[in-house]
Amino acid sequence: MKRLRTTMMFLPGMNAAMLRDAGIYGADALMFDLEDAVSMKEKDAARFLVHEALRTIDYGQAETVVRINELDTFGRQDILAMVDAGVEVIRLPKTETAQDIIDVDQAISAAEDRLGKKQGQTHMMAAIESAEGIFNARDIAKASDRLIGIALGAEDYVTNLQTRRYPDGQELAFGRSMILHAARAAGVDAIDTVYSDIENEAGFREEVQRIKALGFNGKSVVNPRQIPIVKEIFAPTQKEIYQASRVIKGIQEAEANNSGVISVDGKMVDKPIVERAQRVMQLAEASGLIKNGGQN
Amino acid sequence: MVKNAINREIPDNYAAQYGAFEGAWAKQPTYKTTSRQVHAIHPGDSKLVASIHEAIEKVGLKDGMTISFHHHFREGDYIMNMVLAEISKMGFKNLSIAPSSIANVHEPLIDYIKDGMITNITSSGLRDKLGAAISDGIMENPVVIRSHGGRARAIASGDIHIDVAFLGAPSCDEYGNINGSHGKAVCGSLGYAQIDAKYADKVVAITDNLVPYPNTPISIPQTDVDYVLQVDKIGDPDGIASGATRFTKNPKELIIAEYAAKVIEASNYFKQGFSFQTGSGGASLAVTRFLKKAMIDQDIKASLAIGGITQPMVDLLEAGLVDKLLDVQDFDKASAQSLRDNENHYEMDAEMYASPFSKGAVINKLDVAILSALEVDTDFNVNVMTGSDGVIRGASGGHCDTAASCKMTMIVAPLIRGRIPTIVDQVNTVITPGESVDVVVTEYGVAINPARQDLMAMFKALDVPQFTIDELRQKAYAIVGTPDPIVYTDRVVALIEYRDGTLIDVVRKPGQQND
Repeated sequence: MKRLRTTMMFLPGMNAAMLRDAGIYGADALMFDLEDAVSMKEKDAARFLVHEALRTIDYGQAETVVRINELDTFGRQDILAMVDAGVEVIRLPKTETAQDIIDVDQAISAAEDRLGKKQGQTHMMAAIESAEGIFNARDIAKASDRLIGIALGAEDYVTNLQTRRYPDGQELAFGRSMILHAARAAGVDAIDTVYSDIENEAGFREEVQRIKALGFNGKSVVNPRQIPIVKEIFAPTQKEIYQASRVIKGIQEAEANNSGVISVDGKMVDKPIVERAQRVMQLAEASGLIKNGGQN
Repeated sequence: MVKNAINREIPDNYAAQYGAFEGAWAKQPTYKTTSRQVHAIHPGDSKLVASIHEAIEKVGLKDGMTISFHHHFREGDYIMNMVLAEISKMGFKNLSIAPSSIANVHEPLIDYIKDGMITNITSSGLRDKLGAAISDGIMENPVVIRSHGGRARAIASGDIHIDVAFLGAPSCDEYGNINGSHGKAVCGSLGYAQIDAKYADKVVAITDNLVPYPNTPISIPQTDVDYVLQVDKIGDPDGIASGATRFTKNPKELIIAEYAAKVIEASNYFKQGFSFQTGSGGASLAVTRFLKKAMIDQDIKASLAIGGITQPMVDLLEAGLVDKLLDVQDFDKASAQSLRDNENHYEMDAEMYASPFSKGAVINKLDVAILSALEVDTDFNVNVMTGSDGVIRGASGGHCDTAASCKMTMIVAPLIRGRIPTIVDQVNTVITPGESVDVVVTEYGVAINPARQDLMAMFKALDVPQFTIDELRQKAYAIVGTPDPIVYTDRVVALIEYRDGTLIDVVRKPGQQND
């Protein structure tokens, strides 16, 4: 089943206490940052720390993501260390072109080869943080089989646009739509940017509701306190769960009857509805609304 | 060496003197409480004295006597240092002190121990520098650590005989009627001091707020007080009670609190008219907030909340979610104010709160208690006394009293503090035996004491990760490594009395540690 990425929690790579506890808050993905959250003189130390954390700490079901530095700074060292530590996803910041992705893809392949890892085991994410990147989003999203998602990095993006972030998010509307369409065209996930004002719960809620309505798979979070809010907003309604569970039952019946046609109440159900039902059940389970895929 | 019921080694001489711990409910004595000396006061006699010096002379203090203080002023206390400075000037030696607890502010005790003025201490706890000095062996006689209920029991039974109690009195009249809820140094309940006043031979009330006779409400009555002394200041209000209690924003404490609240909600005890006690730590306070939401959502009200009272409990009282508060001490200004103003918020003394040998303590009526821990071991034994370095830095408080008596005892603690595991193979010092501990709640999940099969069944569907205590210990060690055991010398620096007076553990002086 497809992995959920409703919440992706950012963790500064140099904060040992946060790395230690990161797994307990129920984030779907943990993004260890070696880039902007780490000062120049601490790049090596952070890489070492995250490497150790990935190898020794049990993060349970959470997907591990590392935001590396750009290839022309510390990126290649980051890739080698993280592939060695068995990270699941390498996230490239400030992606502007498909070539950026291809370069990182090749660096990862080289690292996997050198370290005797299975070729292709390391996935990738691209963060798009500029107008150039937004216009190239479609090519970026299709540039590598390793890509599992693209994300909007809003802080750099609004600076590039010569604006700032506003409560209504109007300045991000075009960028978000581009990211979402590029992701869907390529069949990868679309992850929204962070909301840094952790004390403003109402503003955060509004933003999460907005990006959920747009179709994003999930939200980047900067504090564990934001996680339950995202989960709550992404949680399906009772009605959605009920309908989805009927579709799932239809699938099971079709399988039991060796039939290729799935039907609910005698009506044929097509593929998009099946996919949506599966996602609803997955979200319902992640939100604690049902257990064991609704089987009991 | 005697091994007690939980396999802690107690030196023979102390085991003979105190008895070795045999189990939480091994003793149920019938006994006569101790008596006290009374010097009758006639009409026209004055209890007022002009100075501490005069008070000390009039009470007839002698070398070798036992004096006591209360700890309701916590870090804001001026009384103990003030009195001991005068006693030192007067040249007394070989005194025992029996304060209900000792704070950081009482660091001058170190000098009085070194010069032989103080040769015995019994108390609930010892902090920072004094704790370190005691652990380092500056006293010849070990300190006797007693829980709040254990101290009340020891005083009532005569194990501690207080010759003179010097009691800070936020509000007092010339005849010694005292309360803690009026005046400049308001502390709210005087629950611990009430026991000293009731059983001490001589009681000196020290106040900075002398009011016209009769002072009401009366927490400590004139019939318990021999002398009254007025001074400029008895304490620092900001050190006595914290201001507005702020809820923690620490995500780790919040997740612990959320798990703890879920445990309570899922238990059979969470029903109309339940009773509970919470501590004053960040996670404990946050449990109250989560619990409040569950109580509102499910329309459940508690009949009673007790303990050290904090603002969140007062909020529940005022919101009509708790019928009554029974209060042995107050931690913040809002609680002290509530005790004064709200008739459903009632003061109780330490004996009523927690004494194991009373005619029934309030904690016996508790459903759920949420307590903290420095360490919990895989036998569920809890340490709140010594740090991971084996040095004394904590207080016994009411921990073992409440844990023994309530129906479900929950320990809330992070799995790891810094690089120190909280869940360990063996705690450095046992304050509360594992038999009294039912659920351990950490940020990683909960462990239920297998002795409580009923709880295991009750929590089968609980929406919180569950582990065995061994698994939690393994998780902690997997992250921070296995700690080297502390190396101790044979020198005993503190005796840990269980609430019934037997020794549950001793604290030894740490030796040279292995690198």
